Amino acid sequence: MDLKTLYRSVIMDHYKNPKNKGLLNDDTYLTVHLNNPTCGDDLVVQLLVEDNTIKDLRQLGKGCSICCASASVASEMLKGKTVNEALSLIQTFYDMLTGQPIEDKKILGDAIAFEGVGQFPARIKCATLAWKAYEKGLNPLEGEQNNE
Amino acid sequence: MKKIDVLKIKEAFPVFKKYPQMRYFDSAASAFKHQSVIDAIHAYLAYNGANVHRGVYGLAAEATNLYEEARQITADFIGAKNDNIVFTKSTTHSLNMVARGLEDLLQAGDEIIVSKLEHHSNLLPWLELAKRKALVVRFIELDQGMITIEAFKKVLNTKTKVVATHHMSNVMGYITPLKQMTQLAHEVGALVVVDAAQSILHIPTDVLDLDVDALAFSGHKAYGPNGIGVLYMKKDFMAKLSPAEFGGEMVDKVYLDGSTWKSGPYKFESGTPPIAEAIGLSKALTFLKDIGLDHIHAHELELRNYVVEQLKGEKGMTIFNGHGQTPLITFNIDDVHPHDTASFLDQHGVAVRAGHHCNQLTMDYLNQDATVRASIAIYNTKEDCDELIKAIKDTRDFFHSL
Repeated sequence: MDLKTLYRSVIMDHYKNPKNKGLLNDDTYLTVHLNNPTCGDDLVVQLLVEDNTIKDLRQLGKGCSICCASASVASEMLKGKTVNEALSLIQTFYDMLTGQPIEDKKILGDAIAFEGVGQFPARIKCATLAWKAYEKGLNPLEGEQNNE
Repeated sequence: MKKIDVLKIKEAFPVFKKYPQMRYFDSAASAFKHQSVIDAIHAYLAYNGANVHRGVYGLAAEATNLYEEARQITADFIGAKNDNIVFTKSTTHSLNMVARGLEDLLQAGDEIIVSKLEHHSNLLPWLELAKRKALVVRFIELDQGMITIEAFKKVLNTKTKVVATHHMSNVMGYITPLKQMTQLAHEVGALVVVDAAQSILHIPTDVLDLDVDALAFSGHKAYGPNGIGVLYMKKDFMAKLSPAEFGGEMVDKVYLDGSTWKSGPYKFESGTPPIAEAIGLSKALTFLKDIGLDHIHAHELELRNYVVEQLKGEKGMTIFNGHGQTPLITFNIDDVHPHDTASFLDQHGVAVRAGHHCNQLTMDYLNQDATVRASIAIYNTKEDCDELIKAIKDTRDFFHSL
């Protein structure tokens, strides 16, 4: 894939008009801060999980367009999912970037636009930062669920 | 001044045989390796491989000779004596060694001077030392991204014990007025420790003339191998400095209640040193010396000035070091993250560095999260520069059209 096509598709749209951007001062939200010290991408995400379902997501960060667009797309894709659905989707996103076979590409929705990033290995970390942050927030919840 | 024959020089860098179209503008991070470096490393690894300073057989003596000859060539390159030269693994290693070794000589309240232009390798060892010893760290205020004598005088005082500075900034490319700073520092009894990683391959370095107490650089930015660094120290400074690493080869007599160390550089070379890398470095320095740094720098500056001239009137981009004295160009395309820029330049076969360049304080100073840096080296051609300029304009046009 040509880099221009990749950027023209979803990435610049989400970079310029990010979804769920801005943080809330609400401690019912779980907050996760992740950064990539090599390139300076820096991201904070917030999750509101009720009844094992992601009710709301927020994100705020600075970084390259791939990182910021990915945070925006992730926030849209994960909203309304159960914790397990979300974790499974996150894994599918990683699999897509590393070129692993994916059973059902449709579940990736808009996130499929990032498939081409896999061809630019130095940028994979930019695309995954937000998803890693959401994953970090969701993983303890998965643990709680298993304990029940 | 005699012009260097770039195409002929390029032939001695085998990387271009594999990537003939490569437009490489990231030599300030790591430069490509000269054939003589590769040959010498290969010869040692293939036909010797013995340790140094240990064996009494002929092959070991030959290895020791090669290693010590490398030390002599390195010393000559900066106007030092061979027993002023310690081989380390990197500039970072050298500077940490100095900061660790000074620990016993400093007391709470003593002051250290650094600047916000320092690479993290010449900043963090000092900040950590300051934390351990309750030292005061003073920052030289920058004047348009430069260190000036006036600003230096404002932080220098009789409590100053160490001045740690770069010779050439790895972001701005500006040269520090080292000689004058050293004179002033010595007047108050302070030591001067220099990070010369960027300058060593552009600006002739004469440690006696500069009179600095310690100076560090690496092989991999000077067309040599990675895994080798150099730490020059004045003799009396070397004698005062404690070793930071202990083990084989650096020890004189081992006693359970306190061993004694070898003298000179050997006190700081514990364990088996990077022998192949030291030999490789000496070949890189010989290559630089044979062509002459003044010829190399003239070529690099000509290209740098050409690129800056072509880009400075362009809309939608900012060059942060317009009046540079060295071949670094630091810039950003407006509203485009440097990593996006670098990925697009890569599509044109143009390799640049994007990020904070191990220099987060300088990024704060420039009020940027990150920047793009194009660094010009001996093997760059005018055609490379034309591709760079074209790629930058194309990237700007693409993003600004969205």
